[in-house]
Amino acid sequence: MLTILFWVFSVLMLASAAAVVLFRNPVNSAMSLVLTFLALAALFVTLDAFFIGIIQILVYAGAVMVLFLFIIMLLDLKAETRRRLNIAALAGGLAVLGGFVVLVTQVVRSLPSSAEHFPPLARTGYPDAYEIGMTLFSGFNLPFQVIGVLLLVSTVGVVVLSRRNLR
Amino acid sequence: MPSLDLFFQPEIFLVWTATLKTVVILGLVLTMVAYSVWAERKVSAFIQDRVGPNRVGWAGLIQPIADGVKLLLKENFVPGGVNKFFFSIAPSLAMIPAILVLAVLPFGSSLFSVPMVIANLDIGVLWVFAVSSLGVYGIVLAGWASNSKYPFLGGIRSSSQMISYELSLGLSVVPIFMITGTLNLGEIVQYQVDHGWMVFPAWFQSGGGLLEVTTKSGSRFGFDLEQTLLWIPMMISFVIFIIAMFAETNRMPFDLPEAEQELIGGYHTEYSSMRFALFFLGEYAAMIAGAGVIVTLFLGGWSLPFIPDGSQGWFWGLVNIGTFFAKVAAVIFFFLWVRWTLPRFRFDQLMHLGWYVFFEVALVNIFLTAGLLAYLQS
Repeated sequence: MLTILFWVFSVLMLASAAAVVLFRNPVNSAMSLVLTFLALAALFVTLDAFFIGIIQILVYAGAVMVLFLFIIMLLDLKAETRRRLNIAALAGGLAVLGGFVVLVTQVVRSLPSSAEHFPPLARTGYPDAYEIGMTLFSGFNLPFQVIGVLLLVSTVGVVVLSRRNLR
Repeated sequence: MPSLDLFFQPEIFLVWTATLKTVVILGLVLTMVAYSVWAERKVSAFIQDRVGPNRVGWAGLIQPIADGVKLLLKENFVPGGVNKFFFSIAPSLAMIPAILVLAVLPFGSSLFSVPMVIANLDIGVLWVFAVSSLGVYGIVLAGWASNSKYPFLGGIRSSSQMISYELSLGLSVVPIFMITGTLNLGEIVQYQVDHGWMVFPAWFQSGGGLLEVTTKSGSRFGFDLEQTLLWIPMMISFVIFIIAMFAETNRMPFDLPEAEQELIGGYHTEYSSMRFALFFLGEYAAMIAGAGVIVTLFLGGWSLPFIPDGSQGWFWGLVNIGTFFAKVAAVIFFFLWVRWTLPRFRFDQLMHLGWYVFFEVALVNIFLTAGLLAYLQS
């Protein structure tokens, strides 16, 4: 059952991820990206990582992509759909993609740990939100706080930049 | 003849009980949707000193069926120049999230020791926020795909409004998690059974306190010092949450995405027939789901003081389910009452209120709760 679900959602995720690039209309691309996030969240849920899966939907599909869509709709989409396919750019993109795939497979194969099978994670009986909280705040407290400060700084920066543009 | 034991194997039992619960809840909520439209018209008529629908059936009770038939039989007109794909899926996208929220709401305690919740997720509250935040896509896409000015303005207004109010909505419930220590909606309700409702913490089965009364059945009633102190941030949370819920469900006084006087009908101006009906139903389904969330988080869910839960027999299980839906109906009445009493906000006032008032108050409220909890535990 889980294997079937894995294949359904992986295929859905990869297909919609490809569609993000292939669609000419930016709104179609944005909605494909939303579908990608939903399928990714479903994959997390099949791994019993409910918290990460739901946060994936809440943050990316529910907030970030709504803002994206909001901006895209204000653009002139007709100009975008009229744009011709650039053969040289397409060939270059495919070459880079091919090189990347070859590189990744070579690296992964050369690693001795790639042949290992990982044992299933131990179950503690606590909800996974609790586990993530414990790990973050006990094991990685300093990096977590640093990221918090970084986000605060960037938020303040955004506010300052947007105010200056207003005046 | 295959034995009945097959039905009681754990996995199969889970599948058919979950299916049964889903079907019953879906049927019940869709009926509620139809009759909340009727209630809306009746309540508005009462408030404006009119009669309201009274031609079809007694007191107009068959009116929703007549409306449904009318909408089904109308021409499903698609204007020229629309984006056909998004134009046709947008109404469904508006309807689906509202229905999905119902999956995690505990609508009763238990019946024949089957828990009365479709999916008992440990992160139930986050599921509610995640799914309801997807509801904006239906509206935004409808506004954009219609290829028309007024729907577009409605869609833009809707997305900015929803993003703004989602923040205060999410932040306002953080104090509840801090107090209950769980994200599971069923456990939050159980906490309220033990310690009193979030908005009225006056009965409890554990702890000791002021003005204590013990009933014959052993459950105690009174005011607990701890709960009474925590009641202050809970009331702030409750007020912010309920107002943000009005904005999330696009209800008056925050119904700017469809504001008839300014935008004709907003995002659904170009829709007709069943597609329009889906928007309409989606909006009421979102209102019912929102009312269910309010009841679960703040008003004690299925619990009533001195009423035992479903483990004491199926009769009490049914009473608990009835209690939940009665509370939901009361909250819906409150929604209707507000709609026909208050005037609409201006859009800049709406954004100002969301960003400059509720967001800050919700943040301060979290610190207040943390301070109170630290004080009580020391």
